Amino acid sequence: MAVLTEEQSMLKDQAHAWARDESPVTSFRQLRNSAAEKGYEDNTWAQVATMGWTGILIPEALGGSGMDYATFGVVLEETGRQLVASPLLASGLVGASALLLGNNEALSQQWLPRIADGSAIVTLAVDEGPHHAPDQVAVTATRSGEGFKLDGSKVFVLEGGSADAFVVAARTSGTAGEQAGITLFLVPSDTAGISVSTLKTADSRGYADLGFNGVEIGADAVLGEVDGGFTLLDALLDRARAGLAAEMLGTACEAFDRTLEYLKTREQFGQVIGSFQSLGHRAATLFMDMEFARSCIEAALRAIDAEDPEAPILCSLAKCKAGEFLHDMSNDMIQMHGGIGMTDEFDAGFYLKRARATEATFGGQSFHRRRYISHFGI
Amino acid sequence: MAAADDLNVFREEARQWLNDNFPSSLANQRPPGIAGFGAKLSGDWKAWQERLGEKGWSTPTWPAEYGGGGLTPEQAGVLAKTMREIGAISPIGGFGTMMWGPTLLDVGTEEQKQRYLPDIIRGNLHWCQGYSEPGAGSDLANLQSFAEDKGDHFLLNGSKVWTSGALEADWMYGVFRTDKSNKYQGISFLTLDMKSAGVEVKPIVLISGQSPFNEVFFTDVVVPKENLIGEKNLGWDIGKRLLLHERQSIAGSSGDDDVVGGSYDIEQVAKDYIGMDGDKLADGAMRERIAEQKMFAHAYALTGRRFSDEAAVSGPSAAVGILKVAWAKDNQNREEMLIEMLGNRGLGWEGDGFKESEIKTVRTWLRSKANSIEGGTTEINLNLVAKRVLGLKGY
Ligand SMILES: Cc1cc2nc3c(=O)[nH]c(=O)nc-3n(C[C@H](O)[C@H](O)[C@H](O)COP(=O)(O)OP(=O)(O)OC[C@H]3O[C@@H](n4cnc5c(N)ncnc54)[C@H](O)[C@@H]3O)c2cc1C
Repeated sequence: MAVLTEEQSMLKDQAHAWARDESPVTSFRQLRNSAAEKGYEDNTWAQVATMGWTGILIPEALGGSGMDYATFGVVLEETGRQLVASPLLASGLVGASALLLGNNEALSQQWLPRIADGSAIVTLAVDEGPHHAPDQVAVTATRSGEGFKLDGSKVFVLEGGSADAFVVAARTSGTAGEQAGITLFLVPSDTAGISVSTLKTADSRGYADLGFNGVEIGADAVLGEVDGGFTLLDALLDRARAGLAAEMLGTACEAFDRTLEYLKTREQFGQVIGSFQSLGHRAATLFMDMEFARSCIEAALRAIDAEDPEAPILCSLAKCKAGEFLHDMSNDMIQMHGGIGMTDEFDAGFYLKRARATEATFGGQSFHRRRYISHFGI
Repeated sequence: MAAADDLNVFREEARQWLNDNFPSSLANQRPPGIAGFGAKLSGDWKAWQERLGEKGWSTPTWPAEYGGGGLTPEQAGVLAKTMREIGAISPIGGFGTMMWGPTLLDVGTEEQKQRYLPDIIRGNLHWCQGYSEPGAGSDLANLQSFAEDKGDHFLLNGSKVWTSGALEADWMYGVFRTDKSNKYQGISFLTLDMKSAGVEVKPIVLISGQSPFNEVFFTDVVVPKENLIGEKNLGWDIGKRLLLHERQSIAGSSGDDDVVGGSYDIEQVAKDYIGMDGDKLADGAMRERIAEQKMFAHAYALTGRRFSDEAAVSGPSAAVGILKVAWAKDNQNREEMLIEMLGNRGLGWEGDGFKESEIKTVRTWLRSKANSIEGGTTEINLNLVAKRVLGLKGY
């Protein structure tokens, strides 16, 4: 692990202890069993906000602590370990970043303090089909009076059922597939004409599909430039990807630690199963994947903080490597536990389900391989 | 802030020194060979070797008292970057700078450091590594070459195999048996002059057609007692420490700021031999594989850099074993893809029917098969990581 600042190691310890004691995987199990539609517990969310994590990126003047993405990554890694369910990533990182990058003073003043204290959840609504494809935006925003009118639908919006506002990517010109002509809007969820249908997903988290039917919004709802929103969206998504990758790393590291512990304790043929080379070598290879993923994620978060022009390719690298490692680790967690790994009573299934959901969010491995290689002119 | 200022001062100092001492005729040139690994340089290369060695910047972080650069890791990073900017490549390297020197710094006596390090730093002597034997590869401690204690000297009999560069080498360091009754505690770490009477070197030809390594036979070779490093019969730990430095140096060599997706311009080969369909490579499946290859190489480079930063604080760790495994995998995968992309142009051996670059690719591809064998096989490195890093039993 990169050398942490004092502030970062304090937060790491705090987040580690809190997740372990207050929101361990057993809490997530209770949530799943309760079949709560929201996909998180109010009490958990209140604690997350009280600890100030929702305001990590938000300037002090607006109620946050004005820290950086690398620091946020440290916290997300720890919450990812215990599969903590909360809108921290969707709102505290993605929603806040949209406003921080969006260059709309009035909206920032209005929403950032509420994101910081946890009283509002702001989430991104970008995809419209089964795969992440930010340039395929087809939701239309047509000029109407002084403002715009939104029509169309968004799918699989993170915390979509509990959000107070959506950051909506819509088309003010051009057609699906073009980068030009996209504009971002901040739309309160109680605006007339929005329908929200929550989804019951395998990972028991909160997602919703959204319908926009003649939704009237003012010109003051625009984040960034009209028609030029793709650059903002891309930068926003990169922050989302790097942050999510940090959370995924935590999830995968915990799966690794638990599996390694089992290799050291489960006996068959009169010896611990970790002494079998086929398992030991796989564990060593997974360790390599873990270290590689960590290097990429730390580099991506630092590149965002440093406004490094390489940040986009590093974010694709980070999301892809986190996805690959989590994918393999969640599979091997089951395989190396044998039959017990298949039972609902054991936690491996939760790790597997969370793995696939996070892999697909903000672009899977295949998306990011293509995005990465297109930077090299082939 | 103060540290950053100091680094800026050092950057200027480095620029100035390079400006005065690096022959501009060598900018962006690869050295014709490596001083310290068989090459006897001449002309501008010789001058550059001498100046760099004199300054100690061939081994930037080694202590100045032995002729090293005496730089901090941060300064060494600045130096490396500055050299890259002007296309200055060090012609000094080999086993001496990569692993033997660092091991001596860890375990050598003051006298031994004074004796060996200055020549390593200047690339004056070519060292080879006498570890493997016919019956001792992965199970290195099974080595049998016997250095019998004759009071004022050792009398050495036996043989080594796979000894890279032995034919050109001036000196060998290695591990030898000094007690036949004790496998691990009967090994000593010795150096020997390759010109000693009774040393015979026979080259071995590799599948690449090249012959960079050898068998070495010892018949009643006299090795002076002063050539013993560490204590008699306690050389095994020194030998292992050296292997750790070997892996760390492989890791360190990837810590290059500018390496994105590997240094080899694989996309250019793809363009030349496969062709484009609009702005994308015509072969979509190959395009995705190139992406995976470059991303692996990129992750490897970032990890190498991170491990080097960490090693600068806490010393080499067993975790570098994964970098050795990854390095081999990355090289082999890239070479296989290059051959595949070249198509039938990737099957040339020699003659005018093929471009020089094509033949070189074939030779390099074949050579790369050794990457998962040399310096400890992939399987052995995975064993080591399982045991030392993950704490698993039975390895
Ligand atoms: C190009 C090249 C350069 C070299 N240069 C040098 C040099 O300069 N000096 C020097 O001393 N040596 C050198 N070597 C030798 C190298 O270190 C040995 O080849 C290597 O350690 C393997 O030993 P071996 O060849 O005897 O194979 P073996 O040890 O016989 O291995 C055969 C196979 O069995 C596997 N295996 C062995 N034990 C285990 C185990 N416990 N678990 C799982 N699998 C196992 C190995 O991984 C390998 O796949 C060089 C080798 C090459 C190819």
